[in-house]
Amino acid sequence: MNLFNTILVGLKEVWAHKFRSLLTMLGIILGVASLVGMAAIIKGMENGMKETMIAMGGADKVLLDDQDVPSYQEHLADQAPGRTMVDVQALRRSAPLLRVVSPEMRLEVLLSRAGKYVRPEECCGVWPAVIDMNLHTLEHGRFFTDLDEETAAPVCVIGTGIRDALFGSPEETGREIVPVGELININRQPFTIVGMFAHYEGEQEKRARELAKNQPARPQAGPDRRRGWGHSNWAFRRKNLTVYMPLNTAWIRFRAASGYNNIPDPRLSDIDLKVASLEELEPALQQARNVLMLTHRGIEDFSFRTQENNLDNINQQIRNARLSGGIIAGISLLVGGIGIMNIMLASINERIREIGICKAVGASAPAVFTQILVESVVIALVGALLGVGASYGLVQILSLMSPSANAPVVTAWALLLAVAFSAAVGVLAGIYPAVRAARLNPIQALRYE
Amino acid sequence: MALVELRSVSKIYHLGGEEIRALDDVSLDIHEGEFISIIGPSGSGKSTLMHILGCLDSPTHGTIQLDGRMIQDASTRELAAIRNRKIGFVFQFFNLLPKLSVLQNVELPMIYSGIATRQRHQRALGALQAVDLANRAKHRPSQLSGGQQQRAAIARALVNDPRIIFADEPTGNLDSHTGEAILALFRRLSREGRTIVLVTHDPEIAAVTPRRIEIRDGKIAEKVDLTLAGLDRPPAPAVLAP
Repeated sequence: MNLFNTILVGLKEVWAHKFRSLLTMLGIILGVASLVGMAAIIKGMENGMKETMIAMGGADKVLLDDQDVPSYQEHLADQAPGRTMVDVQALRRSAPLLRVVSPEMRLEVLLSRAGKYVRPEECCGVWPAVIDMNLHTLEHGRFFTDLDEETAAPVCVIGTGIRDALFGSPEETGREIVPVGELININRQPFTIVGMFAHYEGEQEKRARELAKNQPARPQAGPDRRRGWGHSNWAFRRKNLTVYMPLNTAWIRFRAASGYNNIPDPRLSDIDLKVASLEELEPALQQARNVLMLTHRGIEDFSFRTQENNLDNINQQIRNARLSGGIIAGISLLVGGIGIMNIMLASINERIREIGICKAVGASAPAVFTQILVESVVIALVGALLGVGASYGLVQILSLMSPSANAPVVTAWALLLAVAFSAAVGVLAGIYPAVRAARLNPIQALRYE
Repeated sequence: MALVELRSVSKIYHLGGEEIRALDDVSLDIHEGEFISIIGPSGSGKSTLMHILGCLDSPTHGTIQLDGRMIQDASTRELAAIRNRKIGFVFQFFNLLPKLSVLQNVELPMIYSGIATRQRHQRALGALQAVDLANRAKHRPSQLSGGQQQRAAIARALVNDPRIIFADEPTGNLDSHTGEAILALFRRLSREGRTIVLVTHDPEIAAVTPRRIEIRDGKIAEKVDLTLAGLDRPPAPAVLAP
């Protein structure tokens, strides 16, 4: 009896008891749907996290942090130079394994225009390298030129968040305002806006925004509460609430009051690096370290922070979520398998006489075994296929239920795993009933009423 | 050499420490082409004898040779293959599979011997023609009368061209008229050269066969009666199956 025939007979048997088979399959259907749905949600989560990480500057970004000097250098702590332009110039000249070196001088400022105020998340004096470093897209106007840098010109480039606060967002005004050429005050010093970045948003914000567009605005009771944390992804919010000005502008116009010997405080608040290639991360960092040890006269008051830790964190979280979700879905599939075993045992009990007849006309024990096993696998596989269909429905329902969350993504890998696991469950559930059927004594089976 | 040779076969059951000799030192030869009835009251051991002859069961002691092959030590798998190719069964309750059509029921033994679909189909139809049931091939067993069901069962027993056919009370579940038709069918098959063993408790039915084996308390009391009705040929000499 060839396998194709056996499968056909198995399918017929499933079809002959449609309702019973469906109930039996329900466990497998739900198990597969929950496994695939769970994997889809986690995939969506992963996509969101990766997106956030890229918004923060990508995987090849390395932060040069200030650090307390090590204990054996404690007596030199007051001579620690901190991060200055000297380091930046030295790194640019002597560390070829670094692709980008971006100095930042952070300012605590208040922006104002025509009676409106906003406190930016990030206001920095920077070099044009910052665009490459933080993966910015300049959509309107221009960035700083060398002349702006040289003359410490009062110009700035803003993110859309600043525009929204000072000029009005497209949602409020109904049109996109491009404030290039307008004057704004940064800590009461007038600056000209020369450029504006693109609007940054994650999948989640985009969906939320589109949802809000399609729904009528709810009447607002009380003061505007769309402030502070928690209503959108902080990485994108921070990126949109950015003001950049030339480094020299920041230094001369905002640091003149600090410092000593008539020199404004030259310390940078950040030096960000990008390595030429991720494979050579370690040698590049070693190179940078060597350069910096020279400019810092051997005082180790700096450290490197790579995005690798961040990536590891993300991967770890995803792994944990997958593991716990997978175990739960696996258990529900096993429960489905127990349902199959139960129904197969009932089914062979019902068919003892039939099995006896088959044995009398020459069915060998292996033939009977295969028949029952194939039947069980057929139930499991048909259930798995229905479950795959159900999982698409489940994903639809999930994205309808929380339209602004990260979209769940059904992956082929999850489907394959779910189907393979159900097949394995079908085999496991079929073995015991199949052995029992194969061991039936033909004489007793024929006498069975 | 006989088709079936039983030599001092015993079958012993143990029920609650008590020994039950269902068959006690039975020796028996069945030749090719013979038409035999095994007769005895219920509990006499005739069913056990048929099960051992039909390779459904193995004896506790003794040897059994079928078609030149010793089978008392055969594995269950070999027994299944022997049942499939050399033995046909006809049962009192027909034992057709209710979910399959008559044709599929007749095809069943060939499925287990791995015969290709088309050939299976042809041979099953041929067997149904031999029992005048070809026009009911697509029907379900439940749509047939008892006699038709039994004829379908006989077609199933014939389809793999077995060396010997065992019929266990084949008329036991039929009215006397239909039963006679079935017995006539067996007589016809016997004339065509088939080896047939009829198991019954009814002496009237046993009377149609030229050789009768009577079993009492697990032992054989053989009687041969050549003069009985319905016989037009001598019993013993082998007539080869077509």
